[in-house]
Amino acid sequence: MARESFARQLRGLQDEVIVLGSMVEKAIARSVEALQKRDFELADLVVKNDEKINQKRFQIEEECVMLITKQQPMASDLRVILSVLSVITDLERMGDYASGIAEITLILQHDPPLEPPAEFPRMAEIGIQMLSDSLKAFVARDAEAAYRIGVRDDEIDALYHKVMQQCLAYITEDPRTAATATRLIWVGHNLERIGDRVTNICERVIFTVTGKMEEIWGTHPSAEASR
Amino acid sequence: MTTRISAQDVNFYYDKVHALKGISVDINANEITALIGPSGCGKSTFLRCLNRMNDVIPKTRLEGKILLDGDDIYQPEIDVVALRKKVGMVFQQPNPFPKSIFENVAFGPRRLGENDRAKLEGIVEKSLKAAALWDEVKDQLGKSGLAISGGQQQRLCIARVLAVEPEVVLMDEPCSALDPIATLKIEELMQDLKKNYTIVIVTHNMQQAARVSDRTGFFLLGELVEFGLTDDIFSRPRDRRTEDYITGRFG
Repeated sequence: MARESFARQLRGLQDEVIVLGSMVEKAIARSVEALQKRDFELADLVVKNDEKINQKRFQIEEECVMLITKQQPMASDLRVILSVLSVITDLERMGDYASGIAEITLILQHDPPLEPPAEFPRMAEIGIQMLSDSLKAFVARDAEAAYRIGVRDDEIDALYHKVMQQCLAYITEDPRTAATATRLIWVGHNLERIGDRVTNICERVIFTVTGKMEEIWGTHPSAEASR
Repeated sequence: MTTRISAQDVNFYYDKVHALKGISVDINANEITALIGPSGCGKSTFLRCLNRMNDVIPKTRLEGKILLDGDDIYQPEIDVVALRKKVGMVFQQPNPFPKSIFENVAFGPRRLGENDRAKLEGIVEKSLKAAALWDEVKDQLGKSGLAISGGQQQRLCIARVLAVEPEVVLMDEPCSALDPIATLKIEELMQDLKKNYTIVIVTHNMQQAARVSDRTGFFLLGELVEFGLTDDIFSRPRDRRTEDYITGRFG
């Protein structure tokens, strides 16, 4: 293969995306664990580590800019780099959601305790699995897998609906819980948004493979079958 | 969209070497069509078939049809000089005649019988303006065509082609001997020219093909592997070989 060094740099770029993805997965898992266990030290760590996620994102972005400038990539090579630029933005935002959950946890230590909805760990688990699978699909250039992963966002949406119901029930039963319950709704919202961001990544996988930009909720058989 | 040139199952041979294999393609009027591919792929051979420049090479043979405005340019009754007036050509190395700038541009019209000085002056000015060279040379039309810069020489050659009012301008790597600024001037010029002419360009510079052309054809081993909108060829080519070539994986 010609342009071996460029090919190596492209692979290196993808490796960096995987590293960033792992950092975000860890942040999400820790943020929910900290909330459930009222582990404020862990929550603090998640908030502090968000800066590392942000830095990593900028580092990858800079590598993308340098590759475009120096290598003038075309066709599928260009699509990979454009997708990386988009994917790292989604990852960085997911890091913000985890950090947001950790910040809420830190605020909650001053509130009267209120049992967090039991759906949170499951929502985080699905989100992390989707994220991990989406990045695998990106590296494997597997558009079919990307369609299937994207539709699992429905599960998270359904759990979020339950979270809303439970938190509203808290408030209805005892209006003094309103502030805490609202914060818990925000946690649910952040977890729900993670699913949406993974869907964005899946759309980038499809773009990388096919060159077409499309919403995952198309008429594609894989998406329909999984719904 | 009018088809200016239509190649129909064109095969071309240099003696026993089968250089073009079953090329069929329609080239639209008032568009820029780029032909790309590795050295020896047949793209320049194909370009030279479009105004019968290969006729001068011994032991060459063409099968199939090339239609210009619907007429087969390889019919025996075709006047090749008249054909090359309609289908002009610009070469890789700027090749002005060792004459004045004026005489370089007036050369073609004179050969076609125009001797009226006032008319020739009009043609020279119009052609140099169309080639975006007029402002730079209008005060030195008597200067030798060889005494100006390479980029100016190439635009002079384009003016020389335009002076005989062609329909089609073929360009065989017109910028490969030019610096980046002169290259950009030629590229800008091409965008102006396509309003009135049909342009076919062979280029090794893929960024150039992507920048200037409306449609691109990828040649490989004498075959036209893929032909389509430049936007598609350079972003999502259909054929794996095209993808490998434009991403630099060919070889």
